[in-house]
Amino acid sequence: MNAPFRTPTGGRVDRGATRRFSFDGRSYDGLAGDTLASALLSHGVHLVGRSFKYHRPRGFLAAGSEEPNALTSVNRGGGRVTPNLRMTQVELYDGMEARSQNHWPSLAFDVGAVNGLMSPIFAAGFYYKTFMGPKFMRGPGLWAKLFEPAIRRAAGLGVAADEGDPDVYANRFVHCDVLVVGAGPAGIAAALAAGRAGKQIILCDEGAELGGALLAEPKLEIEGRPAAAWLAATLRDLAAMPNVTALPRTQAFGYYGHNLVALAERLTDHLPGVDTTVPRERMWQVRAAEVVLATGAIERPLVFPGNDRPGVMLAEAGRVFLNRYGVKAGSRAVVATAHDSAYRVALDLQAAGVTIAAIVDLRERPTGPLVEQARGAGLRIVTGGTVMGTKGHWRVSEATVAHVSGDHVTDLQRIPCDLLLMSGGWTPSIHLFSQSRGVIAYDTATEMFIPGKAVQAQRSAGSCRGLFGFADVLADGYAAGLDAAGAAGGDAPALGDKAFAVRGDDAYGPGGFSGALPISGDGARAKAFVDFQNDVTAKDIKLATREGFRSIEHIKRYTTTGMATDQGKTSNLNALAIAAKALNEPVPAVGLTTFRQPFTPVTFGTFAGMSRGQMFDPVRQTPIHDWAAAHGAEFEDVSLWKRAHYFPEPGEDMHAAVDRECRRTRESAGLFDASTLGKIEVAGPDAAEFLNRLYPNSWTKLGVGRCRYGLMLNEAGFIMDDGVVGRLAPDRFHVTTTTGGAPRVLNHMEDYLQTEFPDLKVWLTSTTDQWAVIAVQGPRARDILLPLIDDVDMSAAAMPHMAIRLGHICGVPMRLFRVSFTGELGFEVNVPADYGRAVWEAIWSEGRAYDAVAYGTEAMHVLRAEKGYIIVGQDTDGTMTPDDVGLGGMVAKQKPDFVGMRSLTRPFLTGEGRKQLVGLLPDDDAIVLDEGAQIVDRAEVPNGTHALGHVTSSYRSGVVGRSIALAVVERGRSRMGETLFIPMPGGSIPAKIVSPVFYDPQGERLNG
Amino acid sequence: MLLIPCPYCGPRPELEFRHAGEAHVVRDPSLSSDAAWGAFLYARSNTRGVIAERWRHASGCGRFFNCLRDTVSDNILQTYKTGEPRPDLALDAATRRQLGDVAPDQSVAATEAAR
Repeated sequence: MNAPFRTPTGGRVDRGATRRFSFDGRSYDGLAGDTLASALLSHGVHLVGRSFKYHRPRGFLAAGSEEPNALTSVNRGGGRVTPNLRMTQVELYDGMEARSQNHWPSLAFDVGAVNGLMSPIFAAGFYYKTFMGPKFMRGPGLWAKLFEPAIRRAAGLGVAADEGDPDVYANRFVHCDVLVVGAGPAGIAAALAAGRAGKQIILCDEGAELGGALLAEPKLEIEGRPAAAWLAATLRDLAAMPNVTALPRTQAFGYYGHNLVALAERLTDHLPGVDTTVPRERMWQVRAAEVVLATGAIERPLVFPGNDRPGVMLAEAGRVFLNRYGVKAGSRAVVATAHDSAYRVALDLQAAGVTIAAIVDLRERPTGPLVEQARGAGLRIVTGGTVMGTKGHWRVSEATVAHVSGDHVTDLQRIPCDLLLMSGGWTPSIHLFSQSRGVIAYDTATEMFIPGKAVQAQRSAGSCRGLFGFADVLADGYAAGLDAAGAAGGDAPALGDKAFAVRGDDAYGPGGFSGALPISGDGARAKAFVDFQNDVTAKDIKLATREGFRSIEHIKRYTTTGMATDQGKTSNLNALAIAAKALNEPVPAVGLTTFRQPFTPVTFGTFAGMSRGQMFDPVRQTPIHDWAAAHGAEFEDVSLWKRAHYFPEPGEDMHAAVDRECRRTRESAGLFDASTLGKIEVAGPDAAEFLNRLYPNSWTKLGVGRCRYGLMLNEAGFIMDDGVVGRLAPDRFHVTTTTGGAPRVLNHMEDYLQTEFPDLKVWLTSTTDQWAVIAVQGPRARDILLPLIDDVDMSAAAMPHMAIRLGHICGVPMRLFRVSFTGELGFEVNVPADYGRAVWEAIWSEGRAYDAVAYGTEAMHVLRAEKGYIIVGQDTDGTMTPDDVGLGGMVAKQKPDFVGMRSLTRPFLTGEGRKQLVGLLPDDDAIVLDEGAQIVDRAEVPNGTHALGHVTSSYRSGVVGRSIALAVVERGRSRMGETLFIPMPGGSIPAKIVSPVFYDPQGERLNG
Repeated sequence: MLLIPCPYCGPRPELEFRHAGEAHVVRDPSLSSDAAWGAFLYARSNTRGVIAERWRHASGCGRFFNCLRDTVSDNILQTYKTGEPRPDLALDAATRRQLGDVAPDQSVAATEAAR
């Protein structure tokens, strides 16, 4: 296919390697080394997108990562759709399918463009005015019915894939001596210096090729060689250094604390086909001893009406497309500039056969070697000129140029063109420096914001700190590399500074213009764009200042300038200058907004890395899990555990299953997998004393072979966990915790052991995963276990309630607890986890003779609620004391100290009116109250009614024959028999306060 | 993400640690004043500048230790073992740099200036 705008020679593209691709369904070809942008431009395609709000036709503004307009969605099939990619960074591969975004029905004919006519409505602060403005615009009506649907349809960028992302992403943590961000001349020189000093270096660059600005300099010579040859040789030198890692296609997108820099490396997006054996992208979290920022500078657009038409481009972008990609961005160009660097662009383009219709220079008397060269080449220069507007629908066709002084317009002329190159000068790219919390300084001489004092171990080098000219930038980079290598410490050979001999550099300096170009008239309808991606105009910013916004941070949020995915790379300084002028303040007084991570958008996949699907969060399963699954258990998540919730038989719903499980357990026996309970082995000569200080109970007198229920308090006196503690030996305890509380309890114990009681000789070991725990509960529990255990006397006399024995079950070592969380005769069999399944199955077979059931966590909850046993975290909420839940008697009165003891004497914890645990019986015994429902003392509930408490647990109980509930209620224990009310949407539910023990209040069944 | 020098294991990423509140808060259950005990439980200094705080190397050695951190710059000036007194900060420049503190004296001022 004919590519009419491709030059016959030149550039870094491979003219022998054609790459076919499609854009919006139409086929084109390009060359290896092209970006999607350069390939489209080689065919004269400038209309590539629609703007965010007004759906205005847009083309390419830039040639690099700062591109705000030319966003594309690339579809690689199978859910591999990536939206919002900058075409100027998308490397062409054979078979690429790319689409433009944000238009309907087509790019050329977009219905949404009607928004442009509504621009007075969409002016600055539209959202705020809609939410907070006059009442007729507010409220759910207009917003929900009119504005939101309209905006949702009209505004936006690309559309994310609606399938799961099938690609693989990687994550890597690295330490290095020196991280160099940016592989332009400064960065390469820095890496060279630090590399020669023998340091571990990472050099990264966002581009496909390392080299930065050097990639578009055909005339430049460095150290006697053409720039391209010098670059190739230097990169070979770096590659030969084993201490240097060079990463192309790697964006340093975030600079965080303690010199952590996050890099996103693109590994496969530039390759045809899909290779699922390698990661698509890799996140590097680099912890660098020293950092060199060599992030370059970004050219500033000029702000004039119609500066967003396709064909209006940053001047240097036109030069990059020509010199790097061999593509002429047009055939007849107007160059509008306030800076010498655009002259260089005009000269290069002219040499390549592009007609330069005029150079319009804002400056009255431009001087300098480049200006003289342009004059010598016969280029027409309009001095003191401004662009008053442009024409052309899908591409610029004419520029209106004039000399403007106040309202005085002279020399008005209309210049036909198909390309308008603009340059307001250069803005040092200080995004990462700002992210690192470095102090930004304003250099009044050059009118640039540059890095001031660094607050992390880093330095900036080259044009990102306001230097111009390759000789200066190279030498600065080298010096920065040496400085970083020295600061990184250790031995380093003494290397001196280095000067780089450079020829053919059309040097230019700082200067230029920021703000809106002068135009005649009030410009009320003029659309001079400042932020191209968010469609913010100069007028919007002026409006914000008129409406009283003075801080640049507020102006930014009100107008949304600089808040798009391009992070204001091309817009920040112009917006600031316009605001400063409108506020009549100097630019540095208004100040720059803070730059935020990420520098360019990063895919969610890169952040997620391997943490997806099953790898997202660990799942813990007990040794008995598979048995439960095979027996039809429904599972529920309890912290990271999967626990059997209930075991439905065919035709049973949850209620029926739970009812049966509870009934059979009370009638005969039930097996329950309690392996998830936290277990901590507390050992050492001071173990008993340690537990004395950690728990409110007394442990000294607990005999070996006995266990005791323990409430754990925090220092504030509130219940934080509970469990059973068994004494295995004088110096060894087996402590259990709640399922979710195990890590918290161990941390709590370690904290006190290490910091408050370091004198105690105690060792703590988590044994949660080492023990499988099988609870056998019910009147037949002993009968079931007896045949399996022959070395423990389990008789009621020999092994009473709350006894613990060591022995064997099925030949497996066992810790046998006689404990009960059901109110029935009960045992908990602890065996090494590997034997858990086998022992469970052995007990299960014995249980068949008694028609025993396996029960799940729901039945466990009901059985314990029938007995009024609390579940910490359900019946307590972090503000309950032992007395509040009726366990005040458990608190030892004679101990010198335990965690929480002092707090239990605070007036607030001992005073009247505390909420206390009680039972609750709804008058209608069929009603199961909602857990969490509030409790009040009257049926009618006017606003402001004081809540006395709330329902904490509520179930239908088979054995009680009605619904039951536990609740915490103010002065609850003194309200026995009182009727209170639970207000619900269907009306208040009366319920009577009763004892929280609904079943076997004498506790006789425990002693079976 | 902070780089925290565990006094037992050396520098490790923050991911391995759990913050454990302010350091040198003395637990004295013999305090008779309820107000003083309440302050021990709940009142913390919320310092702007250098604070002594506790960390636990939870995914490492499991030890609790103390740390001097500048709450303005987030720089960690020193870590030390539980039970040791809070060090004074007269460190030489090389030690400070080694601890990741580039400009401790200026950090507050720099943040002020940036506001």
